[in-house]
Amino acid sequence: MGFSAAETAGKIERAKKGDWVQVYGVVLKPEERAPQVPEDTHKVPLEMRIKGFIQQDAQVGEEVTIETLTGRLVSGKLVAVNPAHEHDFGRPVPELAKVGLELRAMLQGGGDEA
Amino acid sequence: MNGEVRDRSDHSYQAVMARRPEIMLRSVGLDYNKFARGKISFDYEGMMRDAAYSLDEIERIQSETNIGNTPLIELKNITEIVRRISPRGKGARILIKDEACNPSGSFKARRASVSVYHAKKLGYKGVISATSGNYGAAVASQAAIRGLKCIVVQEVHDSRGLGQPEIVEKGRACEAYGAEVVQLTVGPELFYVFLRLLEETGYFNASLYTPFGIAGIETLGSELVAQVRERFGKDPDAVCVTHAGGGNVTGTARGLIKTGATRTKVIGVSVDLSGLHMASDRDFNRKSFTTGHTGFGIPFATWPDRADVPRNAARPLRYMDRYVTVTQGEVFYVTEMLAQIEGLERGPAGNTSLAGAIAIARDMDRDQILVVQETEYTGAGKHPTAQLTFARENGVEVRRGDPRENVPGKAIVIPEHPSQVTVKDFDLTETRNSLIRNTVNNTGVKEVAPEDVRFLAEETRETEAFVVDGLTRLGVTIRG
Repeated sequence: MGFSAAETAGKIERAKKGDWVQVYGVVLKPEERAPQVPEDTHKVPLEMRIKGFIQQDAQVGEEVTIETLTGRLVSGKLVAVNPAHEHDFGRPVPELAKVGLELRAMLQGGGDEA
Repeated sequence: MNGEVRDRSDHSYQAVMARRPEIMLRSVGLDYNKFARGKISFDYEGMMRDAAYSLDEIERIQSETNIGNTPLIELKNITEIVRRISPRGKGARILIKDEACNPSGSFKARRASVSVYHAKKLGYKGVISATSGNYGAAVASQAAIRGLKCIVVQEVHDSRGLGQPEIVEKGRACEAYGAEVVQLTVGPELFYVFLRLLEETGYFNASLYTPFGIAGIETLGSELVAQVRERFGKDPDAVCVTHAGGGNVTGTARGLIKTGATRTKVIGVSVDLSGLHMASDRDFNRKSFTTGHTGFGIPFATWPDRADVPRNAARPLRYMDRYVTVTQGEVFYVTEMLAQIEGLERGPAGNTSLAGAIAIARDMDRDQILVVQETEYTGAGKHPTAQLTFARENGVEVRRGDPRENVPGKAIVIPEHPSQVTVKDFDLTETRNSLIRNTVNNTGVKEVAPEDVRFLAEETRETEAFVVDGLTRLGVTIRG
């Protein structure tokens, strides 16, 4: 089986029963949050994201049930089908680019700099 | 227990938190009450002896799952750099314990190993851990080897759904080892979700802070001493330990002591994140480090029992000879140094102790030995370029210059020269007084027994007179 271009870009809109998906839910509404949380955190809900195998065919945005890797059944809003790991190495950092060259020059230069 | 039957179907925050003691008892299989002593004290050594395993047993448990015997690498080029910027006769030899060689890529495998072994022995079907760090992957990996199910609960996103790259990567690693990953937004209520999951599944609480977790790290201390003795015929003069929740310091130091290396200095090192609130939705992604920092290091040193178990087995103030901080920019710089002149791409968070060591070695004699006791794996998200790119995208300035100009959450300053890598000493006397103050405030005691004074003296590694003085200033009387 293959994925379309839109699917490989992580934009699959429909899930078939058994697909690996991510669901989303609100665990605590702002007014239910713990008293000790700072003000900015108190204004937003505590949210949860979990992945698993979907139990029915569904469209992104629908309420669904998944079976997680431990076999738990969890309900939530379907937010992603076959979600990609999108974290990466970022961009080269100019501030680090010459560190190696500088240190190697120090090692090769001999003599005390102190 | 008062015989009251609690309604386990009530999942409100207050109801679940109220069930905490019973959930804990079932999920750790350890009755902490039997170690309770006076008004505030408990039998720490008794708990460690009774609940955990001996060093020999732990070595056997860990060898079953391929942990330990990691290389101790002499950092010859870094030592050479340090000597060039040190006064004549100074510049200790720096060695690093390559803990990235453990199955899940960090020393945390040691910490997870005993918990997972113990959970299996007691017949639990699975383990749960609340962690955004390397520990999650460690528990998942150990559970995979021993055939237990595993859930890892992470604090990973802010309210925009944006995740710290370092934590996102750790979540991926947990999945790779077959664990279910529950990803949450910022907030201390992670603990509430954790309790609900323990209650729902009946799994073992593979907490970072049980005697099992801490005892598992003791082999790191004992191993490094054996390796240094074999190669140099003496004990290390000092060991630098990245300090966050206190387990790394506690377990390593206990291992040193058990091996007889009682004169080796234990130096805790944290990244300075002062000014950033750990539970703030806004500050969350202005941190460019998610562990090894003062946001955990100071609270856990001054009140260890804030952990997810009734009595924390990690009690770093009992073991630290010195506590220093370094900046984020310095740690990224030494991470680059380790890759570029030692050929070891590791970290970055685990290199917090390396940054400290590079500064501290300059004041030590040339014939002295300083051990950095960990490295950790690196990869997408968990890398200086990933974390600094993320910092920039979140409005943090990155530049080269004097790291003293570093401002957590605002500016990361990469040193221009190795001599700019320095440490800032944390006042341990002040930290010890904070522990006494927190103990009094959090327990509400007005009067304590002599055994409590002795306990606090052990907790703070201070004299009983120091403790009595501190308690008296807080209006607490000593009975008897």
